[in-house]
Amino acid sequence: MALVIGVAKETAAGEKRVASVPEVVEKLIKLGFSVAVESGAGDAANFSDDVYRAAGAEVVSGAAALWAKSDIVFKLRAPSVQEIGLMREGTTLVSFVWPAQNPELMQQLAAKKATVLAIDALPRQLSRAQKMDALTSMAGVSGYRAVIEAANAFGRFFNGQITAAGKIPPAKVFIAGAGVAGLAAIGTAANLGAIVRANDTRAEVADQVVSLGGEFVKVDYEEEGSGGGGYAKVMSEGFQNAQREMYAKQAKDADIIITTALIPGKPAPKLITAEMVKTMKPGSVIVDMAAEQGGNCELTEPGQAVVRHGVTIVGYTDLASRLAKQSSTLYSNNLLRLTEELCKTKDGVIDVNMDDEAIRGLTVIKDGGITWPPPAPKPSAAPPAAAKPAAAAKPAEKSKGHGHGGGGAPASATSTAITFAVAAVVFWFIGASAPAAFLAHFTVFVLACFVGYMVVWNVTPALHTPLMSVTNAISSIIAIGALVQVAPPLLGGAAGGDRPEAWIVGLAVLAIALTSINMFGGFAVTRRMLEMFRK
Amino acid sequence: MSASLATVSYIGATILFILSLGGLSHPESSRRGNLYGIIGMTIAVLATVFGPQVTAGGYGWIIGAMVVGATIGLYAARVVKMTQMPELVALMHSLVGLAAVLVGYANYIDPAAAGQFAGAEKTIHEIEIYIGILIGAVTFSGSVIAFGKLSGKISGKPMLLPGRHIINLVGLLVVIWFGWSFINTHSVADGMTPLIVMTLIALLFGIHMVMAIGGADMPVVVSMLNSYSGWAAAATGFMLSNDLLIVTGALVGSSGAILSYIMCRAMNRHFIAVIAGGFGTEGGTPAAAGGVQPAGEVVAISAPETAELLNDSKNVIIVPGYGMAVAQAQHTVYEITRFLRGKGVNVRFGIHPVAGRMPGHMNVLLAEAKVPYDIVLEMDELNEDFPSTDVAMVIGANDIVNPGAQDDPASPIAGMPVLEVWKAKTSIVMKRSMASGYAGVDNPLFYKDNNRMLFGDAKKMLDEVLAALKS
Repeated sequence: MALVIGVAKETAAGEKRVASVPEVVEKLIKLGFSVAVESGAGDAANFSDDVYRAAGAEVVSGAAALWAKSDIVFKLRAPSVQEIGLMREGTTLVSFVWPAQNPELMQQLAAKKATVLAIDALPRQLSRAQKMDALTSMAGVSGYRAVIEAANAFGRFFNGQITAAGKIPPAKVFIAGAGVAGLAAIGTAANLGAIVRANDTRAEVADQVVSLGGEFVKVDYEEEGSGGGGYAKVMSEGFQNAQREMYAKQAKDADIIITTALIPGKPAPKLITAEMVKTMKPGSVIVDMAAEQGGNCELTEPGQAVVRHGVTIVGYTDLASRLAKQSSTLYSNNLLRLTEELCKTKDGVIDVNMDDEAIRGLTVIKDGGITWPPPAPKPSAAPPAAAKPAAAAKPAEKSKGHGHGGGGAPASATSTAITFAVAAVVFWFIGASAPAAFLAHFTVFVLACFVGYMVVWNVTPALHTPLMSVTNAISSIIAIGALVQVAPPLLGGAAGGDRPEAWIVGLAVLAIALTSINMFGGFAVTRRMLEMFRK
Repeated sequence: MSASLATVSYIGATILFILSLGGLSHPESSRRGNLYGIIGMTIAVLATVFGPQVTAGGYGWIIGAMVVGATIGLYAARVVKMTQMPELVALMHSLVGLAAVLVGYANYIDPAAAGQFAGAEKTIHEIEIYIGILIGAVTFSGSVIAFGKLSGKISGKPMLLPGRHIINLVGLLVVIWFGWSFINTHSVADGMTPLIVMTLIALLFGIHMVMAIGGADMPVVVSMLNSYSGWAAAATGFMLSNDLLIVTGALVGSSGAILSYIMCRAMNRHFIAVIAGGFGTEGGTPAAAGGVQPAGEVVAISAPETAELLNDSKNVIIVPGYGMAVAQAQHTVYEITRFLRGKGVNVRFGIHPVAGRMPGHMNVLLAEAKVPYDIVLEMDELNEDFPSTDVAMVIGANDIVNPGAQDDPASPIAGMPVLEVWKAKTSIVMKRSMASGYAGVDNPLFYKDNNRMLFGDAKKMLDEVLAALKS
């Protein structure tokens, strides 16, 4: 029987987003589900009840009716105590939960025998999980909005202009932290024409910063770093000093600072001190995206925009919600991808498959039992499991560049097994029946075949013709067979007596002449050909 | 020189041969690789001649034979045209095969060689002789036919005898039967009859096999014969208990086998199907496949218009095929390339693995025409670049640019990897006429909206294009 997905209206104050947009509702119905939407759920994000109806959803008035009706509830923010009260036993809930910060909520949900998929608990490192990563999509929206808020509070253009009335310098934007939100902010600010600088303690993101049009500012630390004992301690101390110095310098220079620095499970680091704010130019703007976790600036007031020392400090905690239509669309697409993973059969029934690493990660409560935190992922087992369907789906002929180590997808287990079995039988037969002298040569032969295989796969396809002519020349080594027959030292007179000397010499000399053609001709023509290959 | 010294020299020669093949992984290192091969061969020959198995009495014969062979070989290497490389290579394969046969016979009639074996070892030795001659004979006759086909002395069309698989099977059984009677004979004279009969059957088999294979399957045949010549050398090595021959033969044999495999994969065909001969015989006749005319119209273009298109483009990819080699147009192609590159146009070449008549044939032709090798790319390297290409010029190629291989599961060449020229903004196909390619399949590319046909002899038309470009 098809399950009912309920889209609840968000109850948190100021929350404008909705967990599913009409476009996605349609796709959920195609997956076999029935969809119920609480009346007014999408109003704040500009999706009216009528649009939802047109998409095939049933519009239900009142939270109580919706929760009673739904087998699966889609939400954004974690449910409130009242909402949990409305919840049926055994309901599946998909929303942000933050299990680490909300242990009581977890207990209450578990008491309801619910199954809870916390979208924030998704194992983000899995590439397969990226399509479901709502944290990333929300952070991207927030980063964009942070720049827009800054532009709103900032009294000048972002881009430099030369007008008839004079020259306008471009705004200088400094972005602390180049995670998803930071990178989105860099891209947006650079697109508006500002000079963008950014810093992150992870040096490897420098390339991404540059690719989005920003400039990566390094913490200038090397000079004072080398020397002295207690390396690690001194380093972190020295590093922090250098970092503080760099921020102070940027604060003096920048018109706009956007901070995104977060440390998981800890209050946000205080990067911008009150002193630094004082040194900023009047009219400058700080957007503190870490306001919810205490803020990166000492003067931030979470949820508000305040002016301190002539600097506007924006501490909004609902940046994504301020772009409700966009963030709702992205979030509902993330949930759609998740639903597809849960309902691979497309029959409107979900299967919370705890063997699937991604699903296992985000399932924090399963049928009333708390399953959070998930066991550490097994790195050795994971890649083959993920790679196998991909390899099978790839058409074999698409294998890249036959010049590299055999190319192609690895052979299937069955055909490999058959090959090995046949080889084993052949080897057994040879081992059982052949004399020792033959086996020595046979060993050499098999190994040489392998060496040839390895070497030849490395030959670039452009040189296949020279390869053929040089192997041709080399195969004239058969001349050796003829050379040893021309005039062998005769052992004992007995065998030498009836030796048809003339015949043997004749055959051998002819063979030598033929192979010499190959030997000299082959190498010469190869040389001639290779001379032609020029850059 | 002592036996041990000779053996050590053989090891050195083996290593040099491996390095020689390894050097071909890049054009830069390939020349040194060839030098390694020459040094290795010199060491091997000298170590044998001055080794314990050759007495001074044979020096005259050896020097005489080698001088004759070297003269012919060097002369051939000097005068051969690059378009004739497949023929030369096929001819050389036949020489290796013939030499293997001769060495096998000489070894068999030499009582000194056979005298040292008894019991199971004698049987194995005789099997080795038998197999060595067998492979040598097949290589010899097959290569001679391949040479004839490649040089146009024999028709390139597949000659299919009725019941050819049965003929081959009967031949195989007869060979096995005579092999059995051969190892059960007690004197050289008795063994001669089965040996000669087998040799004749092997020769016929080689002829029959290559006769049944058509022109565009030649790359597979040539590389397969390359492989056979290696196995023949390896079998001779077993016969003479000589590890150097075994190793070298195995190297050459696996090299040829890998090339055959690459060629087959590039045509999406099974090796067995190619060797069994004929094209499309298992999946309906070619005529039936060409029955449906692709929708659309063929639009012709003139040489000056082609020049104009090339002049206005930023990215050009040229796809050469066997037709370019036939028309000897590679030098004109290079002139056009040089002119366009001088103007800052990014000209590159896309080579399909089976373009031409032997593996890597196009690369050698373009190299001869002085096209720098770093703009000559493999299919896999530039197939994704066609959407950003302004003009894709196809010169004398057909099946390797057939979109039907991707779109039409009923096509006889379905699944064969092809160069996606139709994804370029404009594709220009140079052809003599609307005739279909080797596979006998109509090419839907010709009917695409963004495709233009430049009819005529490739060399003549390209000369006109070049003239129009320069004016």
